Amino acid sequence: MTDAGRAGVQLRTDLKLFWREPADLFFTALLPVIFLILFTTIFGNERVEELGGIRTAQLQVPGFIALSIVSAAFVSLAITLVIKRERGILKRTRATPVPAWVVFAGLIGKCVVVGFIVTAVLMLIGGLVYDVSLPLAHLPALLVALVLGSAAFCCLGVGFTSLIGSEEAAPAMTNAATLPIFFISGVFIPEQQLPDWLATVGDVLPIKPLADALVAAFDPRVGGAGIELGEFAILAAWGAAGLALAITTFRWTPRRERD
Amino acid sequence: MSTAVLARGLTKSYGELEAVRGIDLEVARGELFAFLGPNGAGKTTTVEILEGFRRRSGGQVEVLGVDPQRFTRSDRARIGCVLQTGDAERRLTPREALGLWASYYPSPRRVDDVLELIGLRASADVLSERLSGGQRRRLEVGMALVGNPELMFLDEPTTGFDPEARRAAWELIAGLRDLGATVFLTTHYMEEAQRLADRVAIIKGGAIVAEGPPDQLSAEREPVIVFALPAGVDRGELPGAVAGLVRGDGQQVRIPTRTPTAVMAELCGWASERGLELEGLTVERATLEDVYLELASQEAA
Repeated sequence: MTDAGRAGVQLRTDLKLFWREPADLFFTALLPVIFLILFTTIFGNERVEELGGIRTAQLQVPGFIALSIVSAAFVSLAITLVIKRERGILKRTRATPVPAWVVFAGLIGKCVVVGFIVTAVLMLIGGLVYDVSLPLAHLPALLVALVLGSAAFCCLGVGFTSLIGSEEAAPAMTNAATLPIFFISGVFIPEQQLPDWLATVGDVLPIKPLADALVAAFDPRVGGAGIELGEFAILAAWGAAGLALAITTFRWTPRRERD
Repeated sequence: MSTAVLARGLTKSYGELEAVRGIDLEVARGELFAFLGPNGAGKTTTVEILEGFRRRSGGQVEVLGVDPQRFTRSDRARIGCVLQTGDAERRLTPREALGLWASYYPSPRRVDDVLELIGLRASADVLSERLSGGQRRRLEVGMALVGNPELMFLDEPTTGFDPEARRAAWELIAGLRDLGATVFLTTHYMEEAQRLADRVAIIKGGAIVAEGPPDQLSAEREPVIVFALPAGVDRGELPGAVAGLVRGDGQQVRIPTRTPTAVMAELCGWASERGLELEGLTVERATLEDVYLELASQEAA
């Protein structure tokens, strides 16, 4: 078997494990879909004059796509990695000849696949039920945002694991690190309702650039390809910081067993 | 090359603490070697140095002719490890876990063969979270075995087992040697080492205090008088000359002695005076446990 084949086996296994883990399945795959349905049910899906006559769901679908990417690439990845680390599963793989990248390819691949599937489901429901459509010229912008967003949050997710000391702390810490940021990133609450300073804090954290890039991709009023270079630059910078943290601090062994 | 594991003057310190104080080890190929010692004696530290998980502070180490700190992928393929606190994925079945692990190795055994070897054929498709502790540990042995290793490290593979599970594990471990693998076993169960090992080394306080084939180690020792303490009788009530020799704890009394006849006479006099019957009274050859307890009491004295 080649290493690429091994990565395939690893990916299939990690997808199987995801499917068998109800908590991960619910929070990562179902919650963004439930939120979309809840929000449009509660706040309606009117055409808004100030937004040039587009429906509110047109701007909510990309917000919840951002949620699904962050949940899959950051929250779910970090929790899964910490569980595997603290239970000694990662350490065990180091005693085998499997290269580290194969182990990571499976886990990261799983998170990317799940994030993309949820994105597709959100777009499908949006299209069928809420009259949401992606301007075709913006398709490259959507793909760049999904790929760059997933990459950046995977790097941050791996880096973040070194701050998490135990299996039990993992869900709380990852959610504490992301949930409040969603509230100041224009996903749950419109940006206009935030005090200026809070909106500025949101601007420099990594979730809002991803959400804004996705919203721009779905906004028919945005001209050209809909690519927001500024947002992508901030996202890439956060990804690079996460990667640096991951490379310098990532550990394969449970915390209690370190020298 | 006939040496599987070689250590010379191996040391490991954590700050002020010297966990391993210059030990020498040599394990021949094909041998089942048991590394014995109480918790905290330095067993796992030593094994993890041999496995390449920890860096040594000093000394020389060669495992299959290679310094573990320089293990390459192909060296890893020749070694199987059961870690002390390993845990297979709980939501995978034994068949799935072994299949994944087999994919890591260049020339793995067949998964069905491994399931047979570890006695999990009937539970092959049950999620491992539903297996008993003993079955899960056997699965871990299977994961170390599936790569067809020349050398296996088993770090306390039977800790926490009930007697039946331990017996099943012993059969499995004895079978590993018959497959041609060298086995490096750590344990704090003397009976396990006595039963399985070709050779044992006993580590205490980071140093090796005894080494050799288990029967030879125990043959050099005094015979042991064994009996069950009658209900309601305290150890302190035993006659003075006898009480000072007692080893171990629990209801079974073990008295190692060079003069079994004299001690037996005193013991029997004491018992018949009180009208006590000493159940299971025998004189036995010393076991590894007696050797071990004697070494432990020397340290304390």
